[in-house]
Amino acid sequence: MNLRNQVLLWAAQRYSAMVLALCVVVHLIVIVYAVRNGLSAAEILGRTRGNYGWFAFYALFVAAIAIHAPIGMRTIVAETFGWRGAALDALTLVSGMALALWGWRAVFAVFA
Amino acid sequence: MATTLSVSVWRGAESGEFRIYEVPRLESQTVLDVVTYIQRNLDPTLAYRFACRVGMCGSCAMTVDGKARWTCRTHVASVAAENRLEIAPLNNLPVIKDLVTDMSRFFDNWARAKGRFHGMRSRKDDFARVMPDSPQRKEVDGAIECIGCGVCYSSCDVVTWNPEYLGPAALNRAWTLLNDVRDTARVARLAAVAGDAGCHACHTHMSCSERCPKHIAPTAGIAGLKRAVVAAALKGEL
Repeated sequence: MNLRNQVLLWAAQRYSAMVLALCVVVHLIVIVYAVRNGLSAAEILGRTRGNYGWFAFYALFVAAIAIHAPIGMRTIVAETFGWRGAALDALTLVSGMALALWGWRAVFAVFA
Repeated sequence: MATTLSVSVWRGAESGEFRIYEVPRLESQTVLDVVTYIQRNLDPTLAYRFACRVGMCGSCAMTVDGKARWTCRTHVASVAAENRLEIAPLNNLPVIKDLVTDMSRFFDNWARAKGRFHGMRSRKDDFARVMPDSPQRKEVDGAIECIGCGVCYSSCDVVTWNPEYLGPAALNRAWTLLNDVRDTARVARLAAVAGDAGCHACHTHMSCSERCPKHIAPTAGIAGLKRAVVAAALKGEL
């Protein structure tokens, strides 16, 4: 990977971390609210279905995870196992795409 | 104060063993005094490195009780628990013999980080004036005090995990030059310190800042480099 892309990967992980920090706080508040108020699955679905606000929020959450996690894993794998190079970069890309796909699928499932 | 000190000293190269020596305990004794006593009185084959003995040259760094330290300015009283001491060569560097490491990689990294000054003036020009209270000069007030002892490099986890990593000292040097208004190699230096083997590999563990005997904070300089490199990458300068 060329130098510029290495730097941009670092920047992408840094900026996605900022988004994640906000998303995690909101997500935790939502979980606590849902549990403490004893919302059933049907009641939760009633609030998320057709709600573009929640759809946009969780779509952004998934995007931030899909960017942040694989870049971090790339570094951990390189430092722990000494595995570096194009194959690891390809694995990083594939894991990011897989996370995005699975995450957005789940978001769509509670929206549609 | 006890009359003797029990000192475990690494003997050998990459493979070897700790040997124990009994050394007389003295007032205001430094760890370097202890090593020197062993070589001059107990075992003349012990290899170690020192020069100035007053904390200026950076050649006497060793691992003392598990932490890298400058031994000439480390008092035994501040480190020896129960009158025991363990002295080993610096981590993250190949051991040549006993307490002497091969520091080639450490200094080669300074060259890789373009740690050499590139000016724009010739000897025919007047002196450049750098105002001591200018923001850029103040930014590197601490960083320019580096004596190249290798304590930071030896203490850095990222160096252990990624031997290609330039390390705190080389990046600290690049940071001083980046803030030198006379220097002309800014973009080339930013490219040299960028990426997976450069400043972006730093995890901000801050062992370098904690252990630096000159109380420099390389982590702060590395953070400055990260910002400068990202800005250059976004501008398409890299």
